[in-house]
Amino acid sequence: MPRKSKSARSSAGSKGKDKGHPDDIVPMLLTSATQELFGCRADEDVTGESPYKLLKKDDIIQDFKTRAAVSDFRPVKQIVLDYPEDELLLVFDKDFIYGQRFYLVVTPEAKERILNVVQPPEPETPEVIETPEPSLSSEQEIDEESVKETREKLCYKFSRVRRKFGAPVVFSDSITTLVNCPSYPDSKFSIKLMQRDCGSQAAARLRSSSAQTQWMMLRNMSTQYTPRELSSEEKEKILQSDSMKNFCKLVTPRMLQALQEESIMNVFFDDWKALGTAVEDIVWSGEDFKDLRFYRGFSDQNYTKDKKISSINWHPTIYGVIAVALTEKRQEQEPTTFASKDSLILFYSFSDIYNAQLLLECPGDIFAFEFCPSDPNIIVGGCKNGQVVLWDISAYVTHLQGTQPDEEVSVNTEIYYINEERENKPPVVPFCAVSFIDSSHKAAITDVHWLPPTFEVTKTGLPVENKYNISAQIVTCSPDCALMFWDVRVPDRKQNVYQKTPYGVPNTFKHLYRTWKPLFRVSLPKIDTSGEYAPLKFSLERSTCTANTARTTEAANENDDSSKVIPDYSQLRVPSAKTLTTLEDVNTKLFIGTESGEIIYTDWKLVKDESGRLHTAKPLHCFSIHHWLVNTVQLSPFFTDIVLTIGSWSFAIWNEGVMDGPIIKSPNFEHWCTVGCWSLSRPAIFFIGKENGSIEVWNLLENTNVPAQVLAQVTDAKITCIKPWIASSKQHFLAVTDELGMLKVFELPKALCVPSWNESLRVLKVFEVQEERLKDLVRCRELWAKEQKEAEELKKRTEHDVLLKPLREEEEHKMLEESIMKGLGLWPATADKQDA
Amino acid sequence: MAETEHAGVEETLKRIEAQKGVIGTIVVNAEGIPIRTTLDNSTTIQYAKLFRLLTMKARSTVRDIDPQNDLTFLRVRSKKHEILVAPEHDFLLIVIQNPCE
Repeated sequence: MPRKSKSARSSAGSKGKDKGHPDDIVPMLLTSATQELFGCRADEDVTGESPYKLLKKDDIIQDFKTRAAVSDFRPVKQIVLDYPEDELLLVFDKDFIYGQRFYLVVTPEAKERILNVVQPPEPETPEVIETPEPSLSSEQEIDEESVKETREKLCYKFSRVRRKFGAPVVFSDSITTLVNCPSYPDSKFSIKLMQRDCGSQAAARLRSSSAQTQWMMLRNMSTQYTPRELSSEEKEKILQSDSMKNFCKLVTPRMLQALQEESIMNVFFDDWKALGTAVEDIVWSGEDFKDLRFYRGFSDQNYTKDKKISSINWHPTIYGVIAVALTEKRQEQEPTTFASKDSLILFYSFSDIYNAQLLLECPGDIFAFEFCPSDPNIIVGGCKNGQVVLWDISAYVTHLQGTQPDEEVSVNTEIYYINEERENKPPVVPFCAVSFIDSSHKAAITDVHWLPPTFEVTKTGLPVENKYNISAQIVTCSPDCALMFWDVRVPDRKQNVYQKTPYGVPNTFKHLYRTWKPLFRVSLPKIDTSGEYAPLKFSLERSTCTANTARTTEAANENDDSSKVIPDYSQLRVPSAKTLTTLEDVNTKLFIGTESGEIIYTDWKLVKDESGRLHTAKPLHCFSIHHWLVNTVQLSPFFTDIVLTIGSWSFAIWNEGVMDGPIIKSPNFEHWCTVGCWSLSRPAIFFIGKENGSIEVWNLLENTNVPAQVLAQVTDAKITCIKPWIASSKQHFLAVTDELGMLKVFELPKALCVPSWNESLRVLKVFEVQEERLKDLVRCRELWAKEQKEAEELKKRTEHDVLLKPLREEEEHKMLEESIMKGLGLWPATADKQDA
Repeated sequence: MAETEHAGVEETLKRIEAQKGVIGTIVVNAEGIPIRTTLDNSTTIQYAKLFRLLTMKARSTVRDIDPQNDLTFLRVRSKKHEILVAPEHDFLLIVIQNPCE
């Protein structure tokens, strides 16, 4: 068969289609010779299962050359020559899909397609899906951690020198010093720990746990409740009920019997107990010793040389602190010359007996000073030159408090203060204010008192209410025959001159600094003669009217907090006199003791005289009891109108209500009395200090002529001051100072502290008895005076009578005659006839 | 009738009050509420509450010792005054008296 015809036939398409095959394949018939040549024999090299045969293009071109027209590939010659690739695909078409035995794939794309398409029908082996594991970088860690040799191991061999082999060995100690190389923290070296290996453990997210808690019982903190009450109708109903009546019937006789029993006799009264000397209020828990027991002796050698102590005071609030005022021993005659040495007030504390704790600077010697009762930081003192001085020690109070022996002070301050004391001197407090010298006293101030906080005084001496219950006024007295009243507050009229206090001085009283003038002045004109009294000491009424105390207790109850606040004295102002109510029943009278031994009772209120000027009235009474200087005038702390006055040779006790004289007067003593004071706990006891250094204890219940106890040689020199103090329920102190500048503190024995049974009542009885005696005495004196007068008159009359005697006798005789005659009816007829 | 009897109660109480030294009287009912008093309200309530408790305690003490016994009168003597309490049925009469000394 001619190949052309075959190919023509194939190209015509026997199946009747146009072409019957896609463009990129060409069906072909290959002779067996060609088949053998190309190795694609039907059913031998190519089968139905593997119909693909890749023919090389070069082979086909070779075939063209060898067989030219006979080659089976002649119809596709051009296609073969154009074929870009080297191999052509010949597919064995077993089922004659495209009409011929074989077809040639013309385009490489088709070849790929067919080859690829054919591939899927092949039974595939399941591919092992090798997705790479997500790298958790564990392989990196493993790489890091694993030990790999970076280089080959080096091998060294050491041996001794050959010649030394087998030589004898010599062992010896080597002189090596052990060099220690301890580890130390190098500051320059630091490694920052960047990474830390930390083991972790998988733990469950949820975990249950239990614990036992304190089960507190619920308890009410507080309950607020109101009591139930019945309304009045209900009450009425109950009162009228039967049960009520029964009740009353049954109960009344019992009740009446009990009440009557009670009023008849007190079955609970313990007679035995009442007889004993049991104490009502004070329970003595201290030790029992007989006489005064020496407690402390204070003397600061730096300051007390050649000085005597003129006045002492216990600090009212701080335990164990005493202030003493030092003065020159020899009194200079002119009081205005200032001593070149500093005048000081020393503060001693129980904790240190050799050093003073605080010093107060004074412009001159101080003879009297007092702590303010409302604020113990304010101290007023009276100077030798007549000025009044004020100090404010509030800045140093902690220093004083720190020196208390019992208190626990923080270590720092203690050390600080101890150092200060050892190295430096105690702090010196300068005075805050001093009075204007022209308006002060002209002589030394001998006594100073604060007015009690219950009332104040206006410019005329009228007592008015004290709004804030603060002690702000002072009374001073001096032998220049005057008493002066001072006010420490800012005066009403604002001062234009703004006083500036010097550096270091507290500003509390800067309004007073050097311009302080007294409120008013009380002079003491003599009653009978002209001239004035020279007061030395006086006593201030400590209690006031009941209305005032009631009001103050009310106010205190209302605002308890404010009354405890210590007032700021720099802020206080003198209130205008019109805004305050006058207190009528404040006692404005004083007892004053003078230089010449008189006791004066006077009123300090200023009165208007005829010309309208205010001046003081004459004193009400004056008694010349003591013969020389009066050194003490003191109100009893238990009775409001009993005053003790002590002169140099005797003492006297006065009752303010009885103005005829002293109710008790002692006989003259052998030794001078220098000072005295009432006991603070026993109403019947007072102490007198003598010039020979002994203290006498007088008990009014026992004897008024002889001291109950004489404590001889308490000090070595003349006693200048005695002050008692109650520190606690078991410690009562008595501070005694003398002329040598020594301060001694004694503890009082139980006998002198604890009052005996009903002591105040018994003392009152003693006073009453004495008053009666005094009254009797006065009456007797009056009677006697009257009798004397009558006797004199009688005498005069009798003299007169002697002259007139004969005349009178005649007259009498005549009258007698007349009467007898008349009686007999024999009266001379002349008279009758005349009558008739 | 009720009036006179009520007056009788009043009279009785007045008799008690008229005794020497009596400061005040209080009548308290079974629940402790004061019925009639001569003192001020707050004092009355305080006395009523406290003495009722005390009386109950005293009565229970007496009856514990001897169940046939009963409390008839209670007297409390203090420093300042004497308080007499008479319990009966469901009422309580409290009288405060100042001892004559």
